[in-house]
Amino acid sequence: MAKIMTVDDSVSLRKLVAQTLAGAGHDVAEAANGADALSTAKQKTFDLIISDLNMPGMDGLSFVRQLRQLAAYRTVPVLILTTEMDPAKKKEAKEAGATGWLVKPFDPSQLLATIRKVLD
Amino acid sequence: MTLQLTDLQRQLLGTFFEESFEGLEQLETGLLALERSSKADPETINDVFRVAHSIKGGAGSFGLAAISRLAHEMETLLDGFRAGALSPTPDALSLLLEGVDGLRGMLEATRDERGYSEESLGRLCERLKAASARSAPHPAAPAEPQSPPAARSERTFAFRFEPHSHLLESGNEPVRLLRELARLGALKLEVDRSRLPGLRALEPNLCYLGWHGTLRGAVTLAEIKEVFAWVEGDADLEVTEVVADGAVTPAARQPTTNEEPVAPKTEAAPAATPGAANAPAATAARGDAEAGLGSIRVAVDKIDLLMNMVGELVITQSMLGELEGDGPLDAHRVERLREGLGLLARNTRSLQESVMRLRSMPIGIVFNRFPRLVHDLGRQLGKEVELKIAGQNTELDKTVLEKLGDPLVHLVRNSLDHGIEAPELRRAAGKPELGTLELRAYHRGGDIVVEVVDDGKGIDRTRVIARAREMGILGPDEEPGEDALRDILFAPGFSTAKEVTNVSGRGVGMDVVRRNVKSLGGDVFVDTTPGRGTRISLRLPLTLAIIDGQLIRVGVHAYVVPLLSIVESVQVEPRRVTRFQGQRDIYRLRDELIPMMDLCEVLGVSGQRVSVDEALMVVVEADGEHVGLLVHELLAQQQVVVKSLESNYGRVEGLAGATILGDGSVSFILDVAGIGRLMRRSHAREGVRAA
Amino acid sequence: MTSGTAKNAAESEQLLTFIVDGQEYGVDILRVQEIRGWSAPMPIPQAPAYIKGVINIRGDVVPIADLRERLGLPTLPYGQTTVVIVLRVLGGARERVMGVIVDAMSDVTNVPTGAVKAPPSFHDSSEPSPARGIAMLEEKMITILDVDRIFGEHVVIR
Repeated sequence: MAKIMTVDDSVSLRKLVAQTLAGAGHDVAEAANGADALSTAKQKTFDLIISDLNMPGMDGLSFVRQLRQLAAYRTVPVLILTTEMDPAKKKEAKEAGATGWLVKPFDPSQLLATIRKVLD
Repeated sequence: MTLQLTDLQRQLLGTFFEESFEGLEQLETGLLALERSSKADPETINDVFRVAHSIKGGAGSFGLAAISRLAHEMETLLDGFRAGALSPTPDALSLLLEGVDGLRGMLEATRDERGYSEESLGRLCERLKAASARSAPHPAAPAEPQSPPAARSERTFAFRFEPHSHLLESGNEPVRLLRELARLGALKLEVDRSRLPGLRALEPNLCYLGWHGTLRGAVTLAEIKEVFAWVEGDADLEVTEVVADGAVTPAARQPTTNEEPVAPKTEAAPAATPGAANAPAATAARGDAEAGLGSIRVAVDKIDLLMNMVGELVITQSMLGELEGDGPLDAHRVERLREGLGLLARNTRSLQESVMRLRSMPIGIVFNRFPRLVHDLGRQLGKEVELKIAGQNTELDKTVLEKLGDPLVHLVRNSLDHGIEAPELRRAAGKPELGTLELRAYHRGGDIVVEVVDDGKGIDRTRVIARAREMGILGPDEEPGEDALRDILFAPGFSTAKEVTNVSGRGVGMDVVRRNVKSLGGDVFVDTTPGRGTRISLRLPLTLAIIDGQLIRVGVHAYVVPLLSIVESVQVEPRRVTRFQGQRDIYRLRDELIPMMDLCEVLGVSGQRVSVDEALMVVVEADGEHVGLLVHELLAQQQVVVKSLESNYGRVEGLAGATILGDGSVSFILDVAGIGRLMRRSHAREGVRAA
Repeated sequence: MTSGTAKNAAESEQLLTFIVDGQEYGVDILRVQEIRGWSAPMPIPQAPAYIKGVINIRGDVVPIADLRERLGLPTLPYGQTTVVIVLRVLGGARERVMGVIVDAMSDVTNVPTGAVKAPPSFHDSSEPSPARGIAMLEEKMITILDVDRIFGEHVVIR
């Protein structure tokens, strides 16, 4: 039972992730964009944050970069959701501070298996 | 086609469709904008790319592989624009617009559980692929399904895993990774503490440990590497397969640094985070105008306003409640009662107005589909047309809005097909090759006017008459007047088009347009100059509205004149009145000559004529001209709710609707422009032209 | 309004009957919205003579027609005893509400379908017959009015 936040501007995808995780017994919060996610992260502590890359305004990587500046989130696992993962993108994500990634589309079992890598 | 979806996916599918349709609108607007402007705006390209990318990812997540594939092809092409490797030519943009149509069609088909053509999807994807062909690397196709695992045998791997000190700061935790490794098979592990410093020097955020060991199981190298995929570059990893005979086969070696080549990305401009959100105007207030559903989306602030008013109403009610009591009403209480009632009246009116406003929507919603229509039609007809839109914020009742769409489409098609000439003809006529089509909407004295204006070749009166004679609508010697001419133009089956094109020319559109507009209580007017252009005006009464009105009395009846139409009111001075050619009276107001009108006479209501000796004259503006209405008395100015005379009776020229007065009686709201027309008509009949 | 069961509908219809100039007329009761007294209507410009104007019925603007005048009969003065039957009329594919002035109310009568005969045209042939049938009952004859034809089509849309 972990505290997870999912960030995605697409309501349907965000809910897909959130409800899959909630169904597995986790405590899930949602944010529609990077700015909201940052302010939520300051108010509550999370064990894991999952964010889409492709968002208007603050994109996923900018969000991760800013999140890592917060003391409480220096080592909290952050996964990014993306539709492809070429080497350049991987490097960029790691440099921004992402823990890992999850390639879309994924099914619920893939999602749950992946987060196992970062949750106790 | 049936989708295998989980319950959750099924639940969220509706939301996904909604989002995607909205995204497609943004995509379409962006593509049209790119086409219009001479230089490609990087922000627009980015926004457009993002939508395609979103739809691709979303469709994939909901199992809609074909939709994802089409979106992917479009995304590839758009990525080419983004990287500056491909330029957004009109052909490329048109192809992408076809893609938008394709996506829309497929989404609709999926939503409605219909099929769509796999073949045409395939062809479209091929064309998009061809357009994206270039030498620079492009994003990978959506994840292909895994190839079935080869027959597995038990293998043994030896590995060494040495995280770099900063690995923990990425949020990865070696112990968890090793735990994952342990799931793959039998794990034998030894920890290497050699780098561990003394307690004092220990920093909790750094990793000092390393591990080595063996893993035995029905496992592949790829699976082992997968466990460590996220920490590539943050650790030294060596995995080697231990073969039965003891020899060690070096398998993959993870380099300590990431040596893989990074494809140079030549961005056309720095990928600045797009500032302004690309939201279509007033999305929150958008209603399902096209679907014609029985529900509307309402902007939250409209509801807040409503809540405030209900709050005020409650306060007023309690104030009036306090006045209840024993004993006679003294002057003080009466005064408070009066105050309270006045407040109540105001509250009720505002509430009424606000509720009505819920149903009204900006005409921009209907206008929005035209940029695309004009673009496609222009290309199809080989005409160059610029579309200008004005007055998108003019609000109309939702039901009127829904019925306006089709008539406008007919009119725009007509303008493009028969109005605006081909570029060569325009050039020969000394006109700019780029034709102009304008869609305009505005309020005018109690009406809404929606206009379709083109600078094309206009409507040739002689040809219309000739054609009407051919068709037997007109006798060989009949010369029609303005109204008759208009009736001909809108007659079913009438068309002066020499050939029937795909677009129009069958002559079925115009009579339907007029009928539709009339059913809304309005009418269509045509203003045309051969060689210069045509303006078609749809005039619709504000049948569901509150207007500010001036109550007037003529004889025993009260009428309402829309305040917007009133210029001024004067007491008639008989010496300023001149009798002109028989029965027409003209009033000299300062330097202006204003025709005077007796309402009883004009409206055909039997009643006492207003004699000039006792009259007040209300000067109103009708179609740019001033007319003086003779009335007996000016009553109150108040807001009136426009009630439809149309629904149970019919349209009356000169009346814009009806209203219920405070005493419960019915009063008519005057249509000043209509009265002007009635006056001109009666003058024409008497053979006299108004000054 | 009560609507008969399916069985009843096939066998009889329910009429609201009223008197105009000594004659008994009836309309399908399902078309009757309400019955009112007289209130002075606001005259409509350029309206046919038999339409006296419009009144306010709970916020709707409803035209009032004089049935006597529509049938070509001399009119009576309007006053406290005047009865107005408010009907739902079909005109131009739309349902309208219309008030009809009659001399007096009569009854609600069940008329068996078999008792209804085709109407003779008893007005000059330039106008369609206002009746859609004559109900021959033991005690009386009721002229069943075709309200749509009388009031629906002839309401002008200009």
